[in-house]
Formats: sequence, C-alpha cells, structure tokens
Amino acid sequence: MALLETRELTKSYDAVAALQAVSLSVESGTVLGLIGENGAGKSTFAKCVTGLIRPTSGEILLEGRPVHGATPAIAGIPQEFNLVEDLTVAENIFLGREPSRFGLLDRKTMCEESRRQLARLQADIDPDAPVSTLSPSGKQMVEIAKAFSCDCRVLLMDEPTTILNPEETKRLFAIMREFRDRGNAIIYISHKLAEVKEICDRIAVFRDGVLVSVDDSEALEPAEMARRMVGRELTRMFPPPSAAVPGEVELEVEHLAALPAVRDVSFTLRRGELLGVAGLAGAGRTELAEAIAGLRKIDSGTVRLAGREVRFRTPAQAVAAGISYLSEDRQGTGILPDFSIEANITLVSLARYCRGGIFDRSAAEEAARNYVARFRIKPRDISAPLRALSGGNQQKVAVARGLDIGPTVFMFDEPTRGVDVAARCEIYEFIRELADSGVACLLISSDMEELLGMCRKIMVMREGQVAGFVEGDLLTEAELMYLAIGVKE
Amino acid sequence: MKQVVLNARKLFANSGGVYIALAVLLAVCSVSNEYFRNPQNLANITRQVSYSGIIALGMTFVIAAGGIDLAVGSLLALAGVLSILSMDLAPGSPALQLALAFATALGVGALGGAVNGVLVGAARIQPFIVTLGTMSIYRSLALYFADAGLVSTGNELYRTATSATFCMISVPALVMVLLTVFFTVVMRSTRFGRHVCAVGSNERVARYAAIPTGRIKFRTYLLAGLLAGLSAFLLGGRLSSISSSGAGLSYELDAIAAVIIGGTAMTGGRASVPGTLAGVLLLGIVSNVLDMWGISVNLQGTVKGLVIIIAVLIQYKRKDS
Repeated sequence: MALLETRELTKSYDAVAALQAVSLSVESGTVLGLIGENGAGKSTFAKCVTGLIRPTSGEILLEGRPVHGATPAIAGIPQEFNLVEDLTVAENIFLGREPSRFGLLDRKTMCEESRRQLARLQADIDPDAPVSTLSPSGKQMVEIAKAFSCDCRVLLMDEPTTILNPEETKRLFAIMREFRDRGNAIIYISHKLAEVKEICDRIAVFRDGVLVSVDDSEALEPAEMARRMVGRELTRMFPPPSAAVPGEVELEVEHLAALPAVRDVSFTLRRGELLGVAGLAGAGRTELAEAIAGLRKIDSGTVRLAGREVRFRTPAQAVAAGISYLSEDRQGTGILPDFSIEANITLVSLARYCRGGIFDRSAAEEAARNYVARFRIKPRDISAPLRALSGGNQQKVAVARGLDIGPTVFMFDEPTRGVDVAARCEIYEFIRELADSGVACLLISSDMEELLGMCRKIMVMREGQVAGFVEGDLLTEAELMYLAIGVKE
Repeated sequence: MKQVVLNARKLFANSGGVYIALAVLLAVCSVSNEYFRNPQNLANITRQVSYSGIIALGMTFVIAAGGIDLAVGSLLALAGVLSILSMDLAPGSPALQLALAFATALGVGALGGAVNGVLVGAARIQPFIVTLGTMSIYRSLALYFADAGLVSTGNELYRTATSATFCMISVPALVMVLLTVFFTVVMRSTRFGRHVCAVGSNERVARYAAIPTGRIKFRTYLLAGLLAGLSAFLLGGRLSSISSSGAGLSYELDAIAAVIIGGTAMTGGRASVPGTLAGVLLLGIVSNVLDMWGISVNLQGTVKGLVIIIAVLIQYKRKDS
C-alpha cells in the first residue's frame, strides 16, 4: 500500500482549475519529484496535501486512511519562509509545539534539540540567534531543521535548494536520503532538473494543472523532462554564443572593499562583455553588485566608469550614470506587487516621462506596452498588478525596468531564480541580446550550468575576494567549485 | 468619452465605497430633513470641515508613504498662536499684519513639519513615536506662548479676508476644494506622487529602485506641516483668535479618519486624494445630522468612531475577496 495517495484531487479557483483530477501515489522509502512550469499546479498540490488549502474535490489517503486538513504526519517546507523574524532559531523550530515543564517554557530542551537538528544539517547556526540575523540560506536551513524535527512520515519540499549553494544542497540531499531510508517519503518540487534526477526515485510532470506523466527517474533525461513540462521540444536552453568581440572597458573596479562582505575585488568589464560571477552563498557577490550600484557604502578602492572615477553615495547617482541592478530578492527588493506593470517598469526611469513636473501617462504606457510586447509579458494588460503575474513574468518586468533607464552597465543577480523553464530561456536571450548590443553585463548566479551556458569568462568569489577568473577550456563546474570552496589555489 | 469614463472609474476604483456612502447619506438627509438641504446649511458644513479637511489632504500623503502624523493638530495651535502674536510686530498696518500672519503660520507649519520629517526621514525613527513626541511639544509651546489662554487680534481685514464667500462658498472651503484638485494631480500625475506610494508600498523596493526614500518621507511631513499652518491661518481669521488649548484638538484623528474612510490604505502604498475629501465631507455631514436630530454632542464621538471602524472593515473585506 502506498504511504500517501491522492485520488482525483482537484482544486478550482473561480471556475479555473489549478489542479485537475490528480491521482498520484508515493511509496514509503521513496522520493517523488514534482516538476512543471510555474503555474502548473505543483505548489497547489503541495498545499492541498499539507492541508493549507482545501481541495475542491478528491481524496488524500495516508496509509489508506483519508486525511482531512493538516496532520502532523504530513509536513511541508514552503517556498516562502514561514519564520518569525524576531524569535530565535530554537523558538522557531519549536513554534506551536514548545516543550514545557511545570507550565514554563523548557528552553534547555528546545536549544539542545535544535542544536542536534542543525548539527545533522552541518549548519553553523546558533539556536539562540534571532532568525532576523540569518542569511537567506541560513533561514532555509532553519526551515529544513524545523520540518525534520517533527515526526512526520511525508515531507513536501517546495524549491528548497533555490538559495542553497552546492555544498549545502549536497548536505540536504544526504539528510533527505537518511529520512527516506527510515521508511518515510518525500515529495520534492524543483525547477532544477539535474537535482531532481539526482535525488528522486520517481518523477511526476505537471502541466496546466494536469498530471502529464510519472516515470522512474532513470528513464527520464532532463531534456525530456523539459520537453514534457512545456509540451514542446526545447532544443537548446541557452542562446548560441555570441560572435561579437567586446569593446572598450566600461567598468573598472580596483581593490573594492565594502565591509564586511566585500574585502578586495578587482575586475574590468568591457562593453558587450558578459562576465559571470560565481561563488558560494556569503561570498559577497550580491554585496559587490550593491556597492557598485550605490546601495552599499564603499570603504575603500575605486570604481571607474568609462575611464572616469565615480563614487556613488545614493542609488539614484548610479542610475543616472547608467548602472542597472536586477536584485536577487524579487519579492523583498525587486518589485511592488500592488503596483501595475506600467508603474513597475517606469519606477526608476520616471523622470524620463515627466514634462514640466507633470507625469506624461500616455508616454509611459506606450513604453510599457513596448516592453510587454518585446518581452512577451503575460498578461498584456499593463494596468494589471504585479501580484497577478507568474514569477517569470514578474522577472521580465523587473528586467524591463532596468533596461528603461538606458543602461551602459547591467548587473543581473540570480535572474532566473524561481522562474519557469520557458521564461528562463527568454531571459537568457534578453541578456545575450543586451550584451551583443554593447551593454557591459554582469551575471551573478548560483546556478553553475547557467553561468557555463551563458558566459565565456567567469569570476569566482570567495569570502569577499576574487578567488580567480576562469575562461576557455577551464570552464567546467569542477574548476568553478574548486575556486569557490578554495580547495585549489 | 470612453477614456474619460475609464479614467473616472480608475479614479474611484480604490475608494468607490466612500462616494456611494456620501451620495446615499446626502440623499437620505436631504429627503428627510428640510433644514439639511438648505444650501446655507450645506455651505456651513463645508466650511466647518475645511480646517481639518485641509490637514487631511497632507495626511493623505503621509499615510500613503507608510507614515502617520499625530502632531498636526498641535502644530495648528502653535502656528495659529504665533501667527496672531506676529501681527503685533506691525501695528497700524492691517495689510502688513495679514501678510505677517500668513507668512508666520506657513513658516511655523513648515518648520514643525520639517522637524517631523527629519526625525522620520533622516534619523529613521518610527513616525508614531516622533509625532507623538512633537504633538506634546507643539501643544506645550502653544500654551507657553499664549499663557495657556486665547490670543486674539482686532484686525478686521484678517476676519473679512478669511470669511469672504463666493457663491455661498467660503474661502476656507474654496481653498480645500482647490487644494484637493491640485493634490489629486500631484498624487496621480507627478513623480513625487508615485514615489510616495512606492515608499509606502515597500520601502526596500523603493530604495533599490533608486528612489530617495528618506527625502520623500521628509517631504510628506513638510507638506502636512505646511497645510496645518495654512489651516491655522484660516481658522485664526474665523474668530480673530486662537485658543492655545482648544485649537486643532483631535484634528489629527479627524484627518486620519477621513483619509482611511476615503480609501487610502492605512499601511500605505495606495492613496486617493478625492476620496479623502469625500471622507471629510462624510464625517461633517454625520455630525451635522446628529446635531439636527438633537443627539447629545457627547455621543457624537461614538457615532464617528463607528463610521470609521465600519469604513475600514469594508475596506479590508474588499481586499480579501
């Protein structure tokens, strides 16, 4: 008998079916992968099974018995953090099930147990630290520790590795296998197809709310997975390498320090060049870009733009000089969900649409419509609020905003995080086109495949410093990894 | 034509409820009470609400940017007291006195607003705390300068200039309406207006979008202070005096209430200036009608409170669905 089974599970919102009659089963001791484009119904499925939302119809069976609503036996790690920032790590791990002695909180047990869970993850996190002091990947580790510390039989993980570095991902997989081998089951949702193939025993493909196929993972290659997800052949993920030769030096960074994250970074970036930036979480890549974009105080070193030394004290100065930065945290710093597509696109470049202090709405709308057409943003209604868009379309809007200032330098920070396969390809094409048009581009990414597919030269950062540049024949994942973790000097 | 209809719909989209409520209230009161529908009564209501109404326009910007300004009522008293006292500097010249009073009222208002703005925008202190503090400071300064009493002036020009009427509409009411039109344009069609909403919607995102968030917040408090000063000038002219203890008392609450009833989100990011005007009028009509029905003045606060709570309830219900 399957450990968990769904029968004809359906969830509709206003006559739109987000999930249509999905019948799926997971055996104990296995990991089931769930893949599909954004909006394919994976997260809806996860929310139904964990009891966060009620299915419109259908059944969920745990060891043959029907389940209604949330049960401790089925736990989930949501896509977005569900942590109370002001509480400590231990308090979060035990939130809602705090151990107590004589009516008082038993902090000692909480701390010890938390420490044990975190140690299993080899996460260097103090159980007494407030969650607000943790990095995003630290928070992810706390979420994972929280899920594993419950005595659940089925664990649903929604994109748990998006912000983990390869090392952390490896540790997570080890723990997942251990959990699985104790006779439990995991449902694993991810956009990273290679990871899905690595960790999962079986893989289910969703498309438009329908279960397309379930196969053993050995039988399914990433190319075939991608084809099934979009319903058509994706012959090439990355646009062909450019024949264009980079031009003059546009951006020159020398011994830049923005403490504590960036300690000493030097590099040059030519017009039309696409330089990759690799490194583990905490290597200072985002902070480097933020320092260049005027979002972070520079302690020492110089930045030259087209040969002229610049030091931006505000982001507005950097924008005026033609520097665009696409932030890695779309929800936290990237987009305004309640603002329309038009308002989001013109947020930075608003001055261009003002005549005599008055905002020229029709000019802004015209520009927004052009971007919507050019980037194939859906929906095409530019007055739609961003919260109604999928992650991929939100990201296209964010890219359009960066473009609208007419940049000479464009820094992309994790541009395809949480973006579905089809939109991802389109974003790669935009980046390539932009570089070919002569803009100096920086591509910060934790996705090695992405860096290798897009860039001919990659800078690797480690602990706030440049660990090395990789180009030519040396461009391999292994080489990047060596430099990133510092095994080979 | 279609464009006009679309724009009108957009204009009301955030705050449709308040216009419907206002229309219903107007209709019911006009039909049921002949004194209410007397144009003079309607003109009186408009004038009565204009002092806190002008303040509410500034409050709309403060709240839209995610802040709150509790000090505007006290600032009105301080600006009013100093403005009337300043008239003593030019005895014998009513016109110069008037100009002095006007400049002092706006100057003190702007200064008081700027202090709030610096503390919130530059020192990044919670606006509730900042303006709670300055609310106490401004009121106490007003009491100090006026010896806890009334300051008054015998300048007739001041009174006639601020209580003149055009087609039954008094100067303060006219100022309120014109400013509503002006600030509707500012909120909807200027860079500043959109930046205000962006800061209120998510300050971090606004900062990453190269918006000078501190400066934007500063300007909203400056504007609120300036309008409190203007309101003080108009109120001072009405009675040729300002009470240091009573002037502007609880105006900040009336203003906040009108802004929220008008459809501006309490958490910022979404604002409607015409909605605020409708909220101001709605509250004014409610208290006018209660007066006519002979309901105790002491109970009017209860009704006002209920109106505010119901308005916000409807606002949040609509957001959920």
